[in-house]
Amino acid sequence: MRGEAWQRPKPAPDAFERPFFEAAARGELLHQRCPACGHRQFYPRAVCTACGADPEWAASAGRGVVHTYTVVRQNGMPPFRDALPYVVAMIELPEGVRMMGNVTGCDADQVHVGMAVEAYAVEFEPGLALPFWRPGR
Amino acid sequence: MSPRDPVIVGIGLSDFPVAPHLSTPQHHAQAMQRALADCGLAKRDIDGFCCVGMGGGGAEAMVMAEYLGIDHRYVDSTMTGGSSFEFHVQHAAAALRQGLCETVLVSYGSNFFSARGRTLGTGGFGGRGAGVTGPDMYQAPYGLSLVGAYALVAQRHMHEYGTKPEHLAEIAVGVREFAGLNPNAMYRDPITVSDVLASRMIADPLHLLDCCVVSDGGGAFVMTTAERARDLRQPPVRALGAAGGQTHWNISQMPDFTRSAAAQAAPEAFAQAGLAPADVDVIQFYDSFTITVLTLLEDCGFCAKGEGGAFVAEGHLRRGGRLPLNTDGGGLSSCHSGMRGIFLIIEAVRQLRGQAGPAQVPGAEIALCAGSGGFLSGIGTVLLGKD
Repeated sequence: MRGEAWQRPKPAPDAFERPFFEAAARGELLHQRCPACGHRQFYPRAVCTACGADPEWAASAGRGVVHTYTVVRQNGMPPFRDALPYVVAMIELPEGVRMMGNVTGCDADQVHVGMAVEAYAVEFEPGLALPFWRPGR
Repeated sequence: MSPRDPVIVGIGLSDFPVAPHLSTPQHHAQAMQRALADCGLAKRDIDGFCCVGMGGGGAEAMVMAEYLGIDHRYVDSTMTGGSSFEFHVQHAAAALRQGLCETVLVSYGSNFFSARGRTLGTGGFGGRGAGVTGPDMYQAPYGLSLVGAYALVAQRHMHEYGTKPEHLAEIAVGVREFAGLNPNAMYRDPITVSDVLASRMIADPLHLLDCCVVSDGGGAFVMTTAERARDLRQPPVRALGAAGGQTHWNISQMPDFTRSAAAQAAPEAFAQAGLAPADVDVIQFYDSFTITVLTLLEDCGFCAKGEGGAFVAEGHLRRGGRLPLNTDGGGLSSCHSGMRGIFLIIEAVRQLRGQAGPAQVPGAEIALCAGSGGFLSGIGTVLLGKD
């Protein structure tokens, strides 16, 4: 998808949130870890949801398994209406967080709970990217 | 009953399911007029007001208090999505007990269908091509529809517990049977499990007939004290217990995709009332989707986690079953104007008064309402009882 014009809703991160998207553009998938209590969380925010301390960025290996998913077959909103059917899944990372994403690179009917997937990045503007997922090992 | 125990004394519905002649404020006005006529109180008697809506810029209670001319001493605009009205019962009950006010109007109205059509479930999250912020940045770009969010719950439930599409379909079939008894319901023709499974897939595993209707409609109910209720037109319905909770707001943050906050809220409501699930005669549950009902059933303690499918298959939720569900035809077949929680309370009151006509559950004395807001995010449970 790199090079295509980005027509999807476009993230508008503030300075605190930008590192996630900048890292994704470098092929690195970030989440947060709390140095005080060890809690892992995603989406990134300014406080640990477990203990209230300041969380830090942490890298993941960029792999996960499908925790749950759906095949979207009706969506009236462009550009999604032109991409039907497509898979939206919750991906569970071994580091202990879940992320929403699209699973691409295989038939929608092949996606299943427990399926191994790996992340790849798609830039939505120069230097800022979002993770997408495809079958992995 | 103590003199300041909270009771519901008046109920009113505005025109539905399709009412192009009514704006959102007109739905509120009509519902209020009908609720006041029902109990015999005057508008000047209202000194407490609970109100939310899908417009109003978050200040719906202020906007509507001005429009309706409500002079309130107590106001509550708690917004938890479709379950807001169950939370309002909790708050209004506390306010009445404390003497903060004497008579509370809870009000909702929406011209959702006439204004926006059927796009609610499949319009996608976030703006089209526009900048998204906050948690939307990690969701909206992937095109999950509202139906799809609930599909994530259904898929996980099926994976963990072997729940089948037929189980979910059974819920829609039973609710449709009640809709056939409601002359105002949006869809009244009987359906079968095969019809549900044959309806087109919207977001796997949810079919068209697993999804609620989109309609216009409003409702209002009046709460006061047991003492004040004595000389009113209708038998009072007691608010025996009310509790709510939240596990997440965005669907991506749902900690356990098979469990809602009803697992904490319902036991608290039962404890307040000194009742147990076995005491409940009729249930009014938020049926945005069939999976919403299944999740709430388990979390409210009517069966163990994971056994909802088998429980439903035994036919308990049907007309004549031991736990009839959504006797007005529910959101699945009758009326869903964006935030359905108020209709749960109104239908439960009708049942406990014995005024539900052909849909009456014989001898109904205890009703449980379970509202769901967001994406099974904010759950409010209310136990109501015949006086």
